[in-house]
Amino acid sequence: MAPVANRTVLAVVEHDRGTVAPTTFEALTVARTVSDRVDALTIGATADAIAGDLAAYGVASVHQVHDDVLTDYGPEAWGEVVAHAVRALAPDVVMASGTDRGNEVLAQAAARLDLPFAANCTELRTGGGDGGGDGDGVEVTRIRWGGSLLEDATLPGGITIVTIAPHAVEAGPAATPGAAEPVPFTVRLDRSLGRSVVRGRVEREAGVTLATAPVVVGGGRGVGSAEAFAPLEELAAELGGVVGCSRAVTNNGWRNHADQVGQTGTRIAPEVYFACGISGAIQHWVGAMASKHIIAVNTDRQANIVTRAGYAVIGDLHEVVPAITAEIRRRRRD
Amino acid sequence: MRILVCVKRVPAPGSKINITADGTAVDTTNLGFTVSPHEECAVEAAVQLIEGHGGDATVLTLGAVEAGEQLRYAVSVGIQRAVLLPTAGEEWDPQRTARAITSAIRQMESADGPFDAILFGNESADSGGFQVGIRVAHALGRPMVNGAKGLSIDDGIARVQREADAGRETYELPLPAVIGVKEGINLPRYPTMRGRLASKKVEVASIDPADATSGPMAGAVTGPTTIALRPPPERTSETVILGTGPDAAVAVVDVLDEIGVL
Ligand SMILES: Cc1cc2nc3c(=O)[nH]c(=O)nc-3n(C[C@H](O)[C@H](O)[C@H](O)COP(=O)(O)OP(=O)(O)OC[C@H]3O[C@@H](n4cnc5c(N)ncnc54)[C@H](O)[C@@H]3O)c2cc1C
Ligand SMILES: Nc1ncnc2c1ncn2[C@@H]1O[C@H](COP(=O)(O)O)[C@@H](O)[C@H]1O
Repeated sequence: MAPVANRTVLAVVEHDRGTVAPTTFEALTVARTVSDRVDALTIGATADAIAGDLAAYGVASVHQVHDDVLTDYGPEAWGEVVAHAVRALAPDVVMASGTDRGNEVLAQAAARLDLPFAANCTELRTGGGDGGGDGDGVEVTRIRWGGSLLEDATLPGGITIVTIAPHAVEAGPAATPGAAEPVPFTVRLDRSLGRSVVRGRVEREAGVTLATAPVVVGGGRGVGSAEAFAPLEELAAELGGVVGCSRAVTNNGWRNHADQVGQTGTRIAPEVYFACGISGAIQHWVGAMASKHIIAVNTDRQANIVTRAGYAVIGDLHEVVPAITAEIRRRRRD
Repeated sequence: MRILVCVKRVPAPGSKINITADGTAVDTTNLGFTVSPHEECAVEAAVQLIEGHGGDATVLTLGAVEAGEQLRYAVSVGIQRAVLLPTAGEEWDPQRTARAITSAIRQMESADGPFDAILFGNESADSGGFQVGIRVAHALGRPMVNGAKGLSIDDGIARVQREADAGRETYELPLPAVIGVKEGINLPRYPTMRGRLASKKVEVASIDPADATSGPMAGAVTGPTTIALRPPPERTSETVILGTGPDAAVAVVDVLDEIGVL
């Protein structure tokens, strides 16, 4: 879609105590396709230093908000700030990244403004509506079912509030950097908004996670029990990877939900995903489909995962998985 | 303690989602129905709160009369009361849905007293709007946190844990509060024999959904409006069968070597 000259986008910058969420740059990249005037909103004093990083993405002004209630993340306080900014700055489009926080803050803002909100868009189109529209409304493509379905939808004219699905586009700097000029934005926030601000937190331990592991060895109902995951653990360890699983496994209490891959679990994107004893239901597949290579191990040649994977072994995972580990060890010895 | 939990009836597709001929809805012929896993966990959380604190829990859904099936599921695992906001079965947009749920909650609360906590799913499985619970909470003027992976209630405070990139965060919401629950917060139980009987006997109360398209709320801006649903472009790959049984290990490790992960 070609940028519209007199249109403005207000991008809400997601950050955690001053550290920008990388997906914000993806949203800014999409914002530039909609308009040639992109402004940003940063919430809380810890975010002031971010302004410099935004210039490369073509941001003209950075509206900076300071308040005692904004010392840490809080969905209601952040949503209230966005609603104030929308009323004061009257942008045509309000955008953030479709993360937990991005979706939550824009939903809070949309509730306050009583405007529609479309989460996890991959594209925005204006001017033509559904091809023959009067150019007032905005047409979006958004993901539903966690990514197993795309929806083309229209949002009524006026202010368009959307989040951009993470990884829908690759973040790229603007041809000409913006001024990213800091502009103080003053709002009077009710103290009561502090009621949903983060109270405390336990930092995550460093280490390979399911979302970032180069190799994931996934097990499904076919594994059969919690104990039978041991050979999968061994194969994962051998390759510097981690074990993942299907919802059938978490439902049976064989593994913790933190290991679940899929629509309501983690989206993975490893170099190699071993899918062992997993049928490949659509809700599992959407979490695994970004893997570079998929090797399915299944007794059923017709299983959905087998027909979709790049590679497959037909057989009992209880025999195949240990044989793979043994073969890796044999080659490393030689 | 009084708890309300809101669930949505959604189709449960298998290996792919089929679209109707007019391209605007999921073809549900031969499909079963369920609620989102997040909402199953919200139901379990409600049951656990009642077990710990006493009181009773109500499940609510807005949808076709068939959504009674999902209400009965919730009763079969320990929810006491069920409320249906019947529609003709068409999809309602998030604002319309939230207005109707808010109005039903006001009605229920004026009759039986306030709910200490109202639980939602983090997002619905089918439309993934990430907003109905947040809109209801705002309309009721109550604190709301989505994505809860831990929940306990004590001394008038709902303590919510949630996962962020940097670690596990804690929130402390004063009651009455609204909480969006994420799968993984608990392991939902299966219905018992007694539960199944209770679900057959429970009387599903019906509240006419206040509709934003007519009456005093008419003319309000709502959306999005669906034009078309379509499957995402699929990466088609010819599957290379590396072999059968443990003998295939050699070919598998050759592939790993080629990819460069050995
Ligand atoms: C809204 C919604 C969200 C969902 N979200 C998720 C999600 O995030 N993640 C997820 O995984 N699921 C999710 N599901 C559940 C999903 O629909 C499937 O039920 C689930 O993925 C099935 O798990 P499975 O493949 O392990 O089990 P099954 O479908 O039972 O498949 C088992 C497979 O193992 C094979 N097998 C059996 N024994 C062996 C053996 N000895 N050796 C080799 N192969 C063997 C079988 O041939 C079969 O293919 C969701 C469902 C819904 C409705
Ligand atoms: N029709 C409905 N009836 C009852 N609750 C609903 C309905 N639609 C959505 N919800 C609730 O709101 C949550 C968020 O939905 P959504 O905004 O569609 O992602 C869901 O997980 C449900 O708990």
